[in-house]
Amino acid sequence: MNWPLSRKNGNNHNNGPLILMEGIRKVYDTGKVQVEALAGIDMAVKKGEFLAIVGPSGSGKSTLMNLIGCLDTPTGGTYHIGGEPIAGLDRDRLADVRNRRVGFVFQNFNLLPQITAYENVEMPMLFGAVPVGERRKRTSELLDRVGLANRMDHKPTELSGGQMQRVAIARAMAMNPDIILADEPTGNLDSASGGDIMSLFTELWKAGRTMVVVTHDMALSNRASRIITLHDGRITSDVARSA
Amino acid sequence: MTRFGLIFYLFMRASMLQKKRAALTIAAIAWGTVAIVLLLAFGEGLKNQLITGRRGMGENIAVIWPGETSKPWKGLPAGRAIRPMVDDVAYLRARLPEADGLIGEITEWGVTLSYGRKSISGRVNGTSCDYGALRNHMPVMGGRFLNPIDDAEKRRVVFLGDKIAKDIFGDEDPVGKTLTINDSPYLVVGVMRHKLQMGAYKGPDDSNVVVPISTFVAQFGRQTLTNVLLHVRQPDDMQRALKRFNEVLGAKYMFDPEDPKVVQVWDTVKTSKVMANVTIGIQIFLGLIGGLTLLIGGIGVANIMYAVVKEKTREIGVQMALGARRAWITGPFVLQGLIYTVLGGAWGMVIAIVVIILLGFLPTGDNMALQLLGKPTLSWQIGLATASILGVIGTLAGYFPARRAAGIDPAETLRYE
Repeated sequence: MNWPLSRKNGNNHNNGPLILMEGIRKVYDTGKVQVEALAGIDMAVKKGEFLAIVGPSGSGKSTLMNLIGCLDTPTGGTYHIGGEPIAGLDRDRLADVRNRRVGFVFQNFNLLPQITAYENVEMPMLFGAVPVGERRKRTSELLDRVGLANRMDHKPTELSGGQMQRVAIARAMAMNPDIILADEPTGNLDSASGGDIMSLFTELWKAGRTMVVVTHDMALSNRASRIITLHDGRITSDVARSA
Repeated sequence: MTRFGLIFYLFMRASMLQKKRAALTIAAIAWGTVAIVLLLAFGEGLKNQLITGRRGMGENIAVIWPGETSKPWKGLPAGRAIRPMVDDVAYLRARLPEADGLIGEITEWGVTLSYGRKSISGRVNGTSCDYGALRNHMPVMGGRFLNPIDDAEKRRVVFLGDKIAKDIFGDEDPVGKTLTINDSPYLVVGVMRHKLQMGAYKGPDDSNVVVPISTFVAQFGRQTLTNVLLHVRQPDDMQRALKRFNEVLGAKYMFDPEDPKVVQVWDTVKTSKVMANVTIGIQIFLGLIGGLTLLIGGIGVANIMYAVVKEKTREIGVQMALGARRAWITGPFVLQGLIYTVLGGAWGMVIAIVVIILLGFLPTGDNMALQLLGKPTLSWQIGLATASILGVIGTLAGYFPARRAAGIDPAETLRYE
């Protein structure tokens, strides 16, 4: 069950939307009370879009983000990622889908603190069974690309917040995923570092990457090509913007 | 394969315990291992000593005491005393091919034994020279047991148990000295080598005074046997030999061979089977205690691994988000549990072996309890049992925390607070 890094026939063979959600519902059962976090989401995201998901806290942004990233499964509705249905996949298959198709960037970076920047970037490729030569080449290239070629052997604790987030972005790119999925990627950074990260995101998008960003940061959402606003688990507006 | 190696390496570095925790965990397992190995070794030593002690009286023998008939037989009434005589020994031996050895004993209690100014009261046994081998009376260097010529020539020679020899002669070497038995002089030809003896009739062998049966008859004027000893080569032959004994004796003395009261039998083959079961029971009991101690160590390992899983929940969630399958998460935890168990087990084994070797130097002297317990013995079965228990406990100690780790919900852990 090894997935090569370049997968020309793997994704988007049908030229359909990369993310296709129909009637997605998510209900959290907290014993006595049932909380409906998402109340019917219909959404299609095409390859090459830069989507920002905004909304007040409690609007269901995080839940939607978890569903897009296949970290969680919906209570109702159907979800296809790159034409592949998610329903009925077991935990290991979901792990494979995440590995191949989604690159995560988190607000608090979520790098593994005991291992080096290089090893952090390398990790998804170990899971994805990328051959050793290609893995080494790509790890170095990615760290070089985010401007951290000279920090490879540093552990995350020896890096600044902005540097950590750049390592995280390099890690998200490791498996050459369909989607970069970012949750408040500038939330824990000062404005200068945040600006660097935004520029990096724009660069990646311009190079053809599909970006999905959940954010409160207007500066970041203003760079997006499309903004979806969530309110009480429903999409209340869906605006395409010209870049 | 290098990929698996590398993933394990990275996971190990990400989730390895701090040194102090790891050391304590390993110590707990080592302690448990020491407990189980020592207990099993003590059990094994006890078993071996019990076997030696049982053999002290002689192996595959039965002691037969004559009694009275309890059933009428061929017109004769019940309640007749059956008293085999010295001559019957040769008669029985000729008709009992099942028995490898058959000898008679006549015993006189309250006999005065004197040497110089020392005089004590003892028990004198008249028997044949085969008695020495059958009843494990091995002479100390420089002496011998009775021989056939002693019997044939009614020589006044005596073989002494080690305790009574010391009581009479003190630190002197008794061999070659003259001992008087009820004022008749006897030459001491040998002293019994000290032995561990568990079972006895009449009294312990270290107080035995043995003279040729022909000499005994001449001095004490008695012909009736106190008891007969029956020896078989294989334990399984004993039942048949005893049955045949009754048939042969019954034919001569006119009693029912099925009559249970004519002879009283102590069949050591039967009792040693019981003893073997008891020792197995003791060993199982000791093994259980050791196993439970080791289990506590295993619970310690599992407990600490649970703590690690709890501490590393977020990191495990991240690894899952990056595409780690369940086995990638569980494997390193199981391996860690095994590594600690194997390390602790190895340490425990080394400590236990050192303790056992040191105990081997402990002098046991004449103390029966020390003789039985002070000789812990290792065997490959103990090693195998300990290793298997360690393996099972180590695997479980890693498996349960690993299962919890694999059950972590990445969506839950990655939520930013």
